[in-house]
Amino acid sequence: MRKIQRAEITKAVRELCIDANVRLPKDVCGAIDFAIKNEDYEPAKNTLELLVENYKIAEKNKVAICQDTGLACVFIEIGQEVYVEGNIEDAINEGVRQGYHDGFLRKSCVADPLRRVNTNDNTPAMIYYDIVDGDGFKITVAPKGFGSENMSAIKMLVPADGIEGVKKFVIDTVFNAGPNPCPPIVVGVGIGGTFDKAALMAKKALLKNVDESNPDPFYAELEKELLEEINHLGIGPQGFGGKTTALGVNILTMPTHIAGLPCAVNINCHATRHKSKEI
Amino acid sequence: MKKYITTPLTKEKVIDLHSGDEVFLTGTIYTSRDAGHKRLVETSKKGESLPVDLKDAIIYFVGPTPAKPGQALGSCGPTTSYRMDAYSPYLISECGLTGMIGKGKRNDDVVNAMKEHGAVYFGAIGGAGALLSQCVKKSEIIAYEDLGAEALRKLEVENMPLTVIIDSYGENLYLTGRENYLKSKK
Repeated sequence: MRKIQRAEITKAVRELCIDANVRLPKDVCGAIDFAIKNEDYEPAKNTLELLVENYKIAEKNKVAICQDTGLACVFIEIGQEVYVEGNIEDAINEGVRQGYHDGFLRKSCVADPLRRVNTNDNTPAMIYYDIVDGDGFKITVAPKGFGSENMSAIKMLVPADGIEGVKKFVIDTVFNAGPNPCPPIVVGVGIGGTFDKAALMAKKALLKNVDESNPDPFYAELEKELLEEINHLGIGPQGFGGKTTALGVNILTMPTHIAGLPCAVNINCHATRHKSKEI
Repeated sequence: MKKYITTPLTKEKVIDLHSGDEVFLTGTIYTSRDAGHKRLVETSKKGESLPVDLKDAIIYFVGPTPAKPGQALGSCGPTTSYRMDAYSPYLISECGLTGMIGKGKRNDDVVNAMKEHGAVYFGAIGGAGALLSQCVKKSEIIAYEDLGAEALRKLEVENMPLTVIIDSYGENLYLTGRENYLKSKK
Protein backbone atom coordinates (compact mmCIF):
# COMPACT_ATOMS: atom_id res chain seq x y z
CA MET A 1 0.00 0.00 0.00
CA ARG A 2 1.25 3.46 -0.89
CA LYS A 3 0.41 6.07 1.71
CA ILE A 4 -0.65 9.58 0.76
CA GLN A 5 -0.89 12.32 3.35
CA ARG A 6 -3.92 14.53 3.54
CA ALA A 7 -1.69 17.64 3.30
CA GLU A 8 -0.30 16.54 -0.08
CA ILE A 9 -3.82 16.43 -1.51
CA THR A 10 -4.73 19.82 -0.08
CA LYS A 11 -1.58 21.41 -1.49
CA ALA A 12 -2.16 19.96 -4.97
CA VAL A 13 -5.84 20.98 -5.07
CA ARG A 14 -4.97 24.51 -3.93
CA GLU A 15 -2.40 24.91 -6.72
CA LEU A 16 -4.65 23.37 -9.37
CA CYS A 17 -7.57 25.68 -8.47
CA ILE A 18 -5.37 28.74 -9.00
CA ASP A 19 -3.55 27.45 -12.06
CA ALA A 20 -6.73 26.32 -13.81
CA ASN A 21 -8.41 29.69 -13.32
CA VAL A 22 -5.43 31.79 -14.38
CA ARG A 23 -3.77 29.87 -17.22
CA LEU A 24 -6.00 28.64 -20.04
CA PRO A 25 -4.94 25.11 -21.06
CA LYS A 26 -2.67 24.92 -24.13
CA ASP A 27 -5.18 22.90 -26.14
CA VAL A 28 -7.88 25.56 -25.73
CA CYS A 29 -5.42 28.40 -26.53
CA GLY A 30 -4.40 26.45 -29.63
CA ALA A 31 -8.01 25.92 -30.69
CA ILE A 32 -8.78 29.66 -30.40
CA ASP A 33 -5.62 30.54 -32.35
CA PHE A 34 -6.60 28.04 -35.04
CA ALA A 35 -10.14 29.47 -35.17
CA ILE A 36 -8.76 32.97 -35.82
CA LYS A 37 -6.87 31.70 -38.86
CA ASN A 38 -9.93 29.82 -40.03
CA GLU A 39 -12.50 32.56 -39.51
CA ASP A 40 -13.23 34.72 -42.54
CA TYR A 41 -15.95 36.90 -40.98
CA GLU A 42 -14.32 40.06 -39.69
CA PRO A 43 -16.46 40.73 -36.55
CA ALA A 44 -15.89 37.14 -35.45
CA LYS A 45 -12.15 37.37 -35.97
CA ASN A 46 -12.03 40.59 -33.91
CA THR A 47 -13.95 38.97 -31.07
CA LEU A 48 -11.65 35.94 -31.04
CA GLU A 49 -8.63 38.25 -30.92
CA LEU A 50 -10.05 39.87 -27.78
CA LEU A 51 -10.31 36.43 -26.20
CA VAL A 52 -6.63 35.84 -26.91
CA GLU A 53 -5.76 39.23 -25.43
CA ASN A 54 -7.82 38.30 -22.37
CA TYR A 55 -6.15 34.97 -21.68
CA LYS A 56 -2.73 36.57 -22.14
CA ILE A 57 -3.53 39.33 -19.62
CA ALA A 58 -4.81 36.72 -17.18
CA GLU A 59 -1.64 34.63 -17.44
CA LYS A 60 0.71 37.62 -17.24
CA ASN A 61 -1.01 39.31 -14.28
CA LYS A 62 -1.97 36.02 -12.61
CA VAL A 63 -5.65 36.99 -12.45
CA ALA A 64 -8.74 34.95 -13.27
CA ILE A 65 -9.46 34.50 -16.99
CA CYS A 66 -13.16 34.85 -16.24
CA GLN A 67 -14.89 36.21 -13.13
CA ASP A 68 -16.98 33.04 -12.97
CA THR A 69 -14.30 30.89 -11.42
CA GLY A 70 -16.94 28.24 -11.17
CA LEU A 71 -17.95 25.48 -8.88
CA ALA A 72 -14.79 23.53 -8.18
CA CYS A 73 -15.28 20.20 -9.94
CA VAL A 74 -12.59 17.83 -8.68
CA PHE A 75 -11.98 14.47 -10.33
CA ILE A 76 -9.93 11.92 -8.42
CA GLU A 77 -8.46 8.79 -9.94
CA ILE A 78 -7.32 6.72 -7.02
CA GLY A 79 -5.30 3.56 -7.44
CA GLN A 80 -6.64 0.64 -5.42
CA GLU A 81 -3.25 0.21 -3.81
CA VAL A 82 -3.35 3.68 -2.30
CA TYR A 83 -4.16 4.47 1.31
CA VAL A 84 -5.03 8.07 2.18
CA GLU A 85 -4.24 9.14 5.72
CA GLY A 86 -7.07 11.30 6.96
CA ASN A 87 -10.36 12.28 5.39
CA ILE A 88 -9.96 12.64 1.64
CA GLU A 89 -13.02 14.85 1.18
CA ASP A 90 -11.88 17.29 3.88
CA ALA A 91 -8.43 17.37 2.26
CA ILE A 92 -9.93 18.32 -1.11
CA ASN A 93 -12.26 20.94 0.33
CA GLU A 94 -9.43 22.51 2.29
CA GLY A 95 -7.46 22.79 -0.95
CA VAL A 96 -10.41 24.50 -2.66
CA ARG A 97 -10.84 26.86 0.31
CA GLN A 98 -7.17 27.87 0.23
CA GLY A 99 -6.95 28.10 -3.56
CA TYR A 100 -10.02 30.29 -3.97
CA HIS A 101 -8.88 32.56 -1.14
CA ASP A 102 -5.21 32.85 -2.04
CA GLY A 103 -5.88 33.09 -5.78
CA PHE A 104 -8.41 35.95 -5.44
CA LEU A 105 -11.03 33.74 -7.07
CA ARG A 106 -14.76 34.27 -6.78
CA LYS A 107 -16.75 32.33 -4.22
CA SER A 108 -19.74 31.18 -6.21
CA CYS A 109 -21.19 28.40 -4.08
CA VAL A 110 -24.44 28.66 -2.12
CA ALA A 111 -25.01 26.19 0.71
CA ASP A 112 -28.55 25.33 -0.29
CA PRO A 113 -30.16 25.53 -3.73
CA LEU A 114 -33.34 27.24 -2.52
CA ARG A 115 -32.23 29.16 0.59
CA ARG A 116 -29.14 30.44 -1.23
CA VAL A 117 -26.63 31.58 1.37
CA ASN A 118 -23.06 31.79 0.04
CA THR A 119 -20.59 29.48 1.77
CA ASN A 120 -17.95 32.20 1.21
CA ASP A 121 -15.11 29.79 0.49
CA ASN A 122 -16.39 28.06 -2.67
CA THR A 123 -16.75 24.75 -0.87
CA PRO A 124 -18.00 22.14 -1.05
CA ALA A 125 -16.23 20.95 -4.18
CA MET A 126 -18.14 18.74 -6.60
CA ILE A 127 -16.09 15.57 -6.19
CA TYR A 128 -16.00 12.55 -8.50
CA TYR A 129 -14.02 9.43 -7.61
CA ASP A 130 -12.79 6.70 -9.91
CA ILE A 131 -11.00 3.67 -8.55
CA VAL A 132 -8.30 2.48 -10.94
CA ASP A 133 -5.51 -0.12 -10.98
CA GLY A 134 -2.14 0.53 -9.38
CA ASP A 135 -0.90 3.00 -6.81
CA GLY A 136 -1.38 6.28 -8.66
CA PHE A 137 -3.34 9.26 -7.43
CA LYS A 138 -4.43 11.77 -10.05
CA ILE A 139 -6.30 14.98 -9.32
CA THR A 140 -8.02 17.05 -11.98
CA VAL A 141 -9.59 20.38 -11.13
CA ALA A 142 -12.07 21.71 -13.66
CA PRO A 143 -13.74 24.93 -12.48
CA LYS A 144 -17.15 25.03 -14.13
CA GLY A 145 -18.85 28.31 -14.92
CA PHE A 146 -22.62 28.35 -14.88
CA GLY A 147 -23.35 30.53 -17.88
CA SER A 148 -22.59 27.44 -19.91
CA GLU A 149 -23.71 24.87 -17.32
CA ASN A 150 -27.21 26.39 -17.39
CA MET A 151 -27.38 25.75 -21.15
CA SER A 152 -26.70 22.03 -20.78
CA ALA A 153 -29.41 19.41 -21.31
CA ILE A 154 -30.24 15.74 -21.08
CA LYS A 155 -32.78 13.70 -23.00
CA MET A 156 -33.88 10.11 -22.68
CA LEU A 157 -33.99 9.25 -26.37
CA VAL A 158 -35.33 5.88 -27.51
CA PRO A 159 -33.39 3.36 -29.62
CA ALA A 160 -35.47 4.24 -32.71
CA ASP A 161 -34.14 7.82 -32.51
CA GLY A 162 -30.69 6.45 -33.35
CA ILE A 163 -27.77 8.53 -34.49
CA GLU A 164 -30.03 11.10 -36.15
CA GLY A 165 -31.85 11.62 -32.84
CA VAL A 166 -28.55 12.15 -31.05
CA LYS A 167 -27.37 14.64 -33.67
CA LYS A 168 -30.63 16.58 -33.60
CA PHE A 169 -30.59 16.79 -29.81
CA VAL A 170 -26.98 18.02 -29.67
CA ILE A 171 -27.51 20.60 -32.42
CA ASP A 172 -30.82 21.81 -30.93
CA THR A 173 -29.21 22.23 -27.52
CA VAL A 174 -26.37 24.31 -28.98
CA PHE A 175 -28.76 26.34 -31.14
CA ASN A 176 -31.12 27.09 -28.26
CA ALA A 177 -28.18 28.15 -26.09
CA GLY A 178 -27.19 30.69 -28.77
CA PRO A 179 -25.04 33.47 -27.32
CA ASN A 180 -25.70 32.60 -23.66
CA PRO A 181 -22.85 30.15 -22.87
CA CYS A 182 -20.06 32.46 -24.18
CA PRO A 183 -19.30 30.89 -27.54
CA PRO A 184 -17.05 29.59 -28.97
CA ILE A 185 -18.05 26.69 -26.78
CA VAL A 186 -16.74 23.21 -26.11
CA VAL A 187 -19.40 20.50 -26.25
CA GLY A 188 -19.25 17.39 -24.07
CA VAL A 189 -21.63 14.61 -25.06
CA GLY A 190 -22.45 11.49 -23.05
CA ILE A 191 -24.35 8.73 -24.80
CA GLY A 192 -25.63 5.56 -23.13
CA GLY A 193 -25.57 4.27 -19.56
CA THR A 194 -28.36 5.51 -17.30
CA PHE A 195 -29.82 8.98 -16.80
CA ASP A 196 -27.04 9.96 -14.39
CA LYS A 197 -24.18 8.17 -16.15
CA ALA A 198 -24.95 10.00 -19.40
CA ALA A 199 -24.66 13.34 -17.60
CA LEU A 200 -21.43 12.30 -15.91
CA MET A 201 -19.90 11.19 -19.22
CA ALA A 202 -20.87 14.52 -20.80
CA LYS A 203 -19.04 16.30 -17.99
CA LYS A 204 -16.01 14.03 -18.24
CA ALA A 205 -15.91 14.57 -22.01
CA LEU A 206 -15.08 18.20 -21.22
CA LEU A 207 -11.89 17.08 -19.47
CA LYS A 208 -10.47 15.70 -22.68
CA ASN A 209 -8.28 17.92 -24.78
CA VAL A 210 -10.43 19.85 -27.18
CA ASP A 211 -8.45 18.58 -30.19
CA GLU A 212 -8.62 14.95 -29.05
CA SER A 213 -10.73 12.44 -30.99
CA ASN A 214 -12.70 9.48 -29.70
CA PRO A 215 -10.54 6.34 -30.15
CA ASP A 216 -13.46 4.60 -31.87
CA PRO A 217 -13.50 5.81 -35.52
CA PHE A 218 -17.31 5.65 -35.56
CA TYR A 219 -17.54 8.19 -32.74
CA ALA A 220 -14.57 10.19 -34.00
CA GLU A 221 -16.54 10.67 -37.22
CA LEU A 222 -19.66 11.66 -35.26
CA GLU A 223 -17.61 14.25 -33.31
CA LYS A 224 -16.37 15.67 -36.59
CA GLU A 225 -19.83 15.78 -38.16
CA LEU A 226 -21.34 17.46 -35.09
CA LEU A 227 -18.59 20.08 -34.99
CA GLU A 228 -19.12 20.86 -38.66
CA GLU A 229 -22.88 21.15 -38.27
CA ILE A 230 -22.56 23.32 -35.16
CA ASN A 231 -20.17 25.61 -37.00
CA HIS A 232 -22.69 25.95 -39.81
CA LEU A 233 -25.27 27.40 -37.41
CA GLY A 234 -23.70 30.86 -37.76
CA ILE A 235 -23.98 31.81 -34.07
CA GLY A 236 -20.28 32.67 -33.94
CA PRO A 237 -18.07 34.03 -31.17
CA GLN A 238 -20.25 35.73 -28.53
CA GLY A 239 -23.27 35.14 -30.77
CA PHE A 240 -22.40 38.08 -33.04
CA GLY A 241 -22.33 35.80 -36.10
CA GLY A 242 -19.49 33.75 -37.56
CA LYS A 243 -18.09 30.35 -38.24
CA THR A 244 -16.63 29.58 -34.83
CA THR A 245 -19.56 28.57 -32.63
CA ALA A 246 -17.68 25.62 -31.11
CA LEU A 247 -14.00 24.80 -30.67
CA GLY A 248 -14.58 21.09 -30.27
CA VAL A 249 -16.97 18.23 -29.59
CA ASN A 250 -16.00 15.29 -27.41
CA ILE A 251 -18.14 12.20 -27.00
CA LEU A 252 -18.00 9.52 -24.32
CA THR A 253 -20.15 6.42 -24.49
CA MET A 254 -20.99 3.31 -22.48
CA PRO A 255 -23.33 0.32 -22.71
CA THR A 256 -27.00 0.98 -22.06
CA HIS A 257 -30.37 -0.75 -21.66
CA ILE A 258 -32.17 -2.40 -24.60
CA ALA A 259 -34.96 0.14 -24.19
CA GLY A 260 -32.88 3.28 -23.90
CA LEU A 261 -30.63 5.83 -25.53
CA PRO A 262 -29.79 8.46 -22.90
CA CYS A 263 -28.02 11.50 -24.31
CA ALA A 264 -26.54 14.36 -22.30
CA VAL A 265 -24.95 17.54 -23.56
CA ASN A 266 -22.71 19.50 -21.20
CA ILE A 267 -21.70 22.85 -22.63
CA ASN A 268 -18.55 24.69 -21.66
CA CYS A 269 -17.50 28.23 -22.56
CA HIS A 270 -14.34 29.30 -24.40
CA ALA A 271 -12.65 29.38 -21.00
CA THR A 272 -12.73 25.59 -20.74
CA ARG A 273 -10.50 25.11 -17.74
CA HIS A 274 -8.97 21.91 -16.48
CA LYS A 275 -5.63 21.13 -14.86
CA SER A 276 -4.33 17.79 -13.58
CA LYS A 277 -1.57 16.59 -11.28
CA GLU A 278 -0.31 13.19 -10.19
CA ILE A 279 0.82 12.86 -6.60
CA MET B 1 -20.16 52.50 -35.93
CA LYS B 2 -17.62 53.39 -33.25
CA LYS B 3 -19.04 55.64 -30.54
CA TYR B 4 -17.58 57.15 -27.40
CA ILE B 5 -20.26 57.53 -24.74
CA THR B 6 -20.16 59.08 -21.28
CA THR B 7 -22.65 58.61 -18.48
CA PRO B 8 -25.37 59.52 -17.60
CA LEU B 9 -27.07 57.68 -20.45
CA THR B 10 -29.78 60.21 -21.25
CA LYS B 11 -32.66 59.49 -23.64
CA GLU B 12 -30.93 61.68 -26.26
CA LYS B 13 -27.91 59.38 -26.17
CA VAL B 14 -30.12 56.28 -26.14
CA ILE B 15 -31.89 57.12 -29.38
CA ASP B 16 -28.57 57.67 -31.10
CA LEU B 17 -27.33 54.15 -30.32
CA HIS B 18 -27.97 51.38 -32.81
CA SER B 19 -27.67 47.63 -32.70
CA GLY B 20 -24.16 46.65 -33.80
CA ASP B 21 -22.51 49.91 -32.71
CA GLU B 22 -19.13 49.51 -31.05
CA VAL B 23 -19.21 51.64 -27.91
CA PHE B 24 -16.46 52.80 -25.58
CA LEU B 25 -18.11 53.76 -22.33
CA THR B 26 -16.67 56.15 -19.76
CA GLY B 27 -18.25 57.21 -16.47
CA THR B 28 -20.21 55.76 -13.56
CA ILE B 29 -22.05 52.45 -13.77
CA TYR B 30 -23.56 50.14 -11.15
CA THR B 31 -23.15 46.40 -10.73
CA SER B 32 -25.99 44.09 -9.84
CA ARG B 33 -27.04 40.55 -10.65
CA ASP B 34 -29.56 37.93 -9.50
CA ALA B 35 -29.87 38.54 -5.74
CA GLY B 36 -29.24 42.29 -6.02
CA HIS B 37 -31.95 42.72 -8.64
CA LYS B 38 -34.44 40.88 -6.48
CA ARG B 39 -33.73 43.28 -3.61
CA LEU B 40 -33.85 46.41 -5.77
CA VAL B 41 -37.27 45.52 -7.14
CA GLU B 42 -38.66 44.38 -3.79
CA THR B 43 -37.45 47.60 -2.14
CA SER B 44 -38.96 49.79 -4.82
CA LYS B 45 -42.27 47.92 -4.80
CA LYS B 46 -42.56 48.52 -1.05
CA GLY B 47 -42.32 52.23 -1.78
CA GLU B 48 -38.91 52.58 -0.14
CA SER B 49 -36.10 54.50 -1.81
CA LEU B 50 -33.35 52.62 -3.62
CA PRO B 51 -29.70 52.84 -2.52
CA VAL B 52 -28.92 54.38 -5.94
CA ASP B 53 -30.81 56.66 -8.28
CA LEU B 54 -31.32 54.61 -11.44
CA LYS B 55 -32.58 57.45 -13.62
CA ASP B 56 -30.46 57.52 -16.79
CA ALA B 57 -28.20 54.94 -15.15
CA ILE B 58 -26.52 51.79 -16.47
CA ILE B 59 -26.46 48.48 -14.60
CA TYR B 60 -23.68 46.01 -15.37
CA PHE B 61 -24.68 42.39 -14.72
CA VAL B 62 -21.48 41.17 -13.08
CA GLY B 63 -20.15 39.43 -10.02
CA PRO B 64 -16.42 40.21 -10.00
CA THR B 65 -13.57 38.25 -8.46
CA PRO B 66 -11.94 39.92 -5.43
CA ALA B 67 -9.43 42.65 -6.34
CA LYS B 68 -5.76 41.78 -6.06
CA PRO B 69 -3.52 44.42 -4.50
CA GLY B 70 -3.17 47.23 -7.05
CA GLN B 71 -6.42 46.42 -8.84
CA ALA B 72 -9.61 48.51 -8.54
CA LEU B 73 -11.64 45.37 -9.16
CA GLY B 74 -10.87 41.78 -10.04
CA SER B 75 -11.87 40.01 -13.24
CA CYS B 76 -15.27 41.31 -14.23
CA GLY B 77 -16.85 39.96 -17.40
CA PRO B 78 -20.63 39.94 -17.81
CA THR B 79 -22.94 37.27 -16.48
CA THR B 80 -25.79 35.83 -18.58
CA SER B 81 -28.55 38.43 -18.70
CA TYR B 82 -31.75 36.39 -19.06
CA ARG B 83 -31.76 35.71 -15.33
CA MET B 84 -32.45 39.43 -14.83
CA ASP B 85 -35.37 39.41 -17.31
CA ALA B 86 -37.86 39.14 -14.47
CA TYR B 87 -36.61 42.42 -12.99
CA SER B 88 -35.29 44.60 -15.82
CA PRO B 89 -38.68 45.76 -17.23
CA TYR B 90 -39.64 47.13 -13.81
CA LEU B 91 -36.32 48.96 -13.37
CA ILE B 92 -36.69 50.46 -16.85
CA SER B 93 -40.33 51.52 -16.55
CA GLU B 94 -40.49 52.51 -12.89
CA CYS B 95 -36.95 53.58 -11.98
CA GLY B 96 -35.72 55.20 -15.20
CA LEU B 97 -32.92 52.73 -16.00
CA THR B 98 -31.63 53.38 -19.54
CA GLY B 99 -28.75 50.93 -19.95
CA MET B 100 -27.88 47.33 -19.17
CA ILE B 101 -24.60 45.54 -19.82
CA GLY B 102 -24.52 41.76 -19.98
CA LYS B 103 -24.35 38.89 -22.44
CA GLY B 104 -26.90 36.59 -23.99
CA LYS B 105 -30.56 36.76 -24.95
CA ARG B 106 -33.33 38.92 -23.42
CA ASN B 107 -37.04 38.13 -23.48
CA ASP B 108 -39.85 40.08 -25.16
CA ASP B 109 -40.89 41.81 -21.93
CA VAL B 110 -37.45 43.38 -21.64
CA VAL B 111 -37.30 44.40 -25.30
CA ASN B 112 -40.81 45.89 -25.14
CA ALA B 113 -39.91 47.94 -22.05
CA MET B 114 -36.72 49.11 -23.79
CA LYS B 115 -38.72 50.24 -26.83
CA GLU B 116 -41.45 51.90 -24.84
CA HIS B 117 -39.25 53.79 -22.38
CA GLY B 118 -35.98 54.12 -24.31
CA ALA B 119 -33.21 51.85 -23.08
CA VAL B 120 -30.21 50.04 -24.55
CA TYR B 121 -28.83 46.55 -23.96
CA PHE B 122 -25.06 46.41 -24.37
CA GLY B 123 -22.95 43.27 -24.61
CA ALA B 124 -19.53 43.01 -23.02
CA ILE B 125 -17.29 40.14 -24.11
CA GLY B 126 -18.35 37.15 -22.03
CA GLY B 127 -15.42 35.43 -20.39
CA ALA B 128 -13.05 38.35 -20.97
CA GLY B 129 -12.93 39.18 -17.27
CA ALA B 130 -9.22 39.97 -17.09
CA LEU B 131 -9.41 42.34 -20.06
CA LEU B 132 -12.51 44.18 -18.82
CA SER B 133 -11.00 44.59 -15.37
CA GLN B 134 -8.44 46.96 -16.88
CA CYS B 135 -11.20 49.45 -17.76
CA VAL B 136 -12.31 49.78 -14.13
CA LYS B 137 -10.57 52.69 -12.45
CA LYS B 138 -12.52 52.81 -9.18
CA SER B 139 -14.89 50.49 -7.37
CA GLU B 140 -16.93 51.04 -4.24
CA ILE B 141 -19.57 48.89 -2.57
CA ILE B 142 -22.61 51.05 -1.91
CA ALA B 143 -25.17 48.49 -0.75
CA TYR B 144 -25.93 44.80 -0.15
CA GLU B 145 -22.40 44.05 1.06
CA ASP B 146 -23.69 40.79 2.57
CA LEU B 147 -24.15 39.46 -0.97
CA GLY B 148 -20.37 39.26 -1.51
CA ALA B 149 -19.63 39.12 -5.23
CA GLU B 150 -23.26 40.11 -5.82
CA ALA B 151 -23.04 43.36 -3.80
CA LEU B 152 -24.18 46.60 -5.41
CA ARG B 153 -21.06 48.42 -6.58
CA LYS B 154 -20.45 51.79 -8.12
CA LEU B 155 -17.74 51.60 -10.77
CA GLU B 156 -15.84 54.27 -12.59
CA VAL B 157 -14.98 52.89 -16.02
CA GLU B 158 -12.86 54.26 -18.83
CA ASN B 159 -13.36 53.31 -22.45
CA MET B 160 -15.06 50.05 -21.59
CA PRO B 161 -15.46 48.17 -24.90
CA LEU B 162 -19.10 47.25 -25.52
CA THR B 163 -21.34 46.34 -28.40
CA VAL B 164 -24.96 47.48 -28.69
CA ILE B 165 -26.89 44.22 -28.91
CA ILE B 166 -30.48 45.45 -28.64
CA ASP B 167 -31.25 49.12 -29.24
CA SER B 168 -34.28 51.19 -28.25
CA TYR B 169 -35.90 50.34 -31.58
CA GLY B 170 -35.80 46.62 -30.84
CA GLU B 171 -33.10 45.74 -33.39
CA ASN B 172 -31.16 42.70 -32.16
CA LEU B 173 -27.57 41.91 -33.13
CA TYR B 174 -27.99 38.25 -32.13
CA LEU B 175 -30.49 37.92 -35.00
CA THR B 176 -28.93 40.26 -37.55
CA GLY B 177 -25.31 39.22 -36.87
CA ARG B 178 -26.08 35.60 -37.58
CA GLU B 179 -28.17 36.49 -40.65
CA ASN B 180 -25.41 38.71 -42.03
CA TYR B 181 -22.83 35.99 -41.55
CA LEU B 182 -25.02 33.32 -43.18
CA LYS B 183 -25.78 35.69 -46.08
CA SER B 184 -22.07 36.30 -46.57
CA LYS B 185 -21.61 32.53 -47.03
CA LYS B 186 -24.15 32.28 -49.88
